[in-house]
Amino acid sequence: MTDNTRSKKNKAPRTKAPEQSPEVRRKNFKEVSLGYSPAMAQLEASRCIQCKKPKCVIGCPVRVAIPDFIKQIADGNFIEAAQIIKESNALPAVTGRVCPQEDQCEKHCVIGIKGEPLAIGKLERFVADYERLHREVKPLQIAPPTGKKIALIGAGPAGLAAAGDLAKWGHEVVIFEALHKPGGVLFYGIPEFRLPKEILEAELDYLKRLGIEIKVNYVIGKIKTLDELMHEDGFDAIFIGTGAGLPYFLGIPGENLNGVYSANEFLTRINLMHAWEFPDFDTPVHPHKNFIVIGGGNTALDAARTALRLPTTEKVTLLYRRTREEMPARLEEIEHGEAEGIEFEYLANPVAIQGSNGWVSEIVCQKMQLGEADSSNRRRPYPVEGSEFSITADAVIIALGSGSNPLLAKSDSDLKTDSHGHIELADPDINATSRTGVFAGGDIVTGAATVISAMGAGKKAAQGIHNYVMSL
Amino acid sequence: MYQILEKNCLASQVFRFVILAPDIARKAQPGQFIIIRLDETGERIPLTISDSDPVRGTLTLFVQAVGKTSLEMSRMNSGDMILDVVGPLGNPTEIDRFGTVVIVGGGFGIAAIHPIVRALTRAGNKTISILGARSKELLILEDEMVTVSTEVQVVTDDGSRGTKGRVTDILQTLIAKKVLIDRVIAIGPLIMMKAIAYLTRPHKIPTLVSMNPIMIDGTGMCGACRVMVGGEMKFACVDGPEFDGHAVDFEGLLNRLKSYIPEEAEAKEKFLSETKGTCRLEKTSGVI
Repeated sequence: MTDNTRSKKNKAPRTKAPEQSPEVRRKNFKEVSLGYSPAMAQLEASRCIQCKKPKCVIGCPVRVAIPDFIKQIADGNFIEAAQIIKESNALPAVTGRVCPQEDQCEKHCVIGIKGEPLAIGKLERFVADYERLHREVKPLQIAPPTGKKIALIGAGPAGLAAAGDLAKWGHEVVIFEALHKPGGVLFYGIPEFRLPKEILEAELDYLKRLGIEIKVNYVIGKIKTLDELMHEDGFDAIFIGTGAGLPYFLGIPGENLNGVYSANEFLTRINLMHAWEFPDFDTPVHPHKNFIVIGGGNTALDAARTALRLPTTEKVTLLYRRTREEMPARLEEIEHGEAEGIEFEYLANPVAIQGSNGWVSEIVCQKMQLGEADSSNRRRPYPVEGSEFSITADAVIIALGSGSNPLLAKSDSDLKTDSHGHIELADPDINATSRTGVFAGGDIVTGAATVISAMGAGKKAAQGIHNYVMSL
Repeated sequence: MYQILEKNCLASQVFRFVILAPDIARKAQPGQFIIIRLDETGERIPLTISDSDPVRGTLTLFVQAVGKTSLEMSRMNSGDMILDVVGPLGNPTEIDRFGTVVIVGGGFGIAAIHPIVRALTRAGNKTISILGARSKELLILEDEMVTVSTEVQVVTDDGSRGTKGRVTDILQTLIAKKVLIDRVIAIGPLIMMKAIAYLTRPHKIPTLVSMNPIMIDGTGMCGACRVMVGGEMKFACVDGPEFDGHAVDFEGLLNRLKSYIPEEAEAKEKFLSETKGTCRLEKTSGVI
């Protein structure tokens, strides 16, 4: 490539993917982004300068061979592109949609230094969708059976990523899932308009075709202990990827009023139980008008945008105690929320929820101001004296994140946990726990984080498990 | 899929089911519960495990047909399949040799105390079971309770069986007679459990009550089942379902249980109109 063509490519604008317009999408649950057409994908892929030492790959927690698959797209070989991604990522249609690419691969993209970075996430999504729609999904080459049995606890991103690799290497893989649907947060947490369930199910089907068995309704720690899995059921190794499933509340007065939900409850009602289709589905969600959502992460945005889409909703206000700058949610999600009409109340900290007749009627907040940066490198908010104000609301959704779920660790005294209940790793290089043959990864180890970091941990553990069982 | 092996009707709208769930049956202990979902459009509801047989691989459940799901289940029959059964969930009842234990079962709650009383009696306790019902027709499991308890007292609102009055009257009498009670366990309507806890508090008798709030996942993930206990937020699914009756915020829970009354009525109406069923009470088999 000459310097001249390279500089032209740098200057070409990033190809925009079409979206449903905000006016239309704010009242439906269909996917917001419509994705690239083949022509758009090829145009965007042609912007890649094929770096010899690609930095984008370093930014990817599962090390997808990004320049290689982009090159295949540019050449029009979409199926080949998908195969390259699947070498390192079993769920490309999911990660192409929910990864914070701007903080990972795209952040490191060289053409992003002077212009806009390559839309790696949109391209990943395109090839995964193309492969699925053209029914050409070919299972990868699977190694001959090793005769080793691996149990994975939790069918969320960490477990699914580990399962993909372990099955590929010839191990017998069984995933135990507590809920009635696999997917973990991808199913109960992330809404349809960001990740259509149909796409998740297609990716789960792909894993099943690799020979992975998924047992739903299995709460390990209750129905079976780790000991029983190893000694009675003959599993050679176990991976724990149970996630951060214990919602935090605020500890302010009024949290038990009717109309107050954890984001987990609200999203589970909608995503897992189809409450928006009540009474065709049995699980209801109360017909609220004015929602307050507390928090600044992706879950808060998911909850707010879901609330907005319910038929009786008139207004959704998101409260965050810092400013837009410090919000941990993806910029794309914030912008989508703004366009759809979510109201953002920054520098506001809830101090009490008030009610009448047992139901939420308003929320009392205080104004905050930002001081010095704290340990998370964000400016710490301080309350402004005498700045209390109220907002009328009939529903409050608390999206402050989740702590570690104690259920499994409590059932096994050999498993070491830290003071927050997170499982401690004895060897973080291979995600091994204090118990021989038991590995762990994802939010149950790190606390609430992202889908792709959990997948990265699952893959790292899979490598550790593979080496461990092959040495037995 | 989990097959229904037996079904019978014990009283008006009270049904007993035996279902096949071998892995759960192996582990179930008194005081634990399961969550079921009948079909693809179903809701998840918690049900107390009233008995389990690890050899047959079965669970015994009691269902009172009050809402849409329980009504729908009450119309299912042996051979039918339940889509999802999850468990055993919650912490088992603490079983130890306490001395004299009074166990109070109100109405449908008798089905829940049955395995607990049996375990306590086997552990060497003197068990006094107080069984309360609105009337004789609504009283369930009297014979079975006699078999597993050291002593049984029956009380009905209308006096059609046993003493006329309330379960609290019987407990009050025991306390007045200076019967040394080491522990009280009460399972039944919230109002009843609240009254029992109110009665035992001045006498400092340790009192456990079993909470049955609205629940979705049953593993601590959703927080819908939160209950304030001694000023601290607890989740009934993972911290309970039994709590210190002297510390539970009954008022808060009573309020939370009301949150879906209109929707529950709507779902039930829809089910009744679609199935065009008038509820016919099946012949009571009386066989347990």
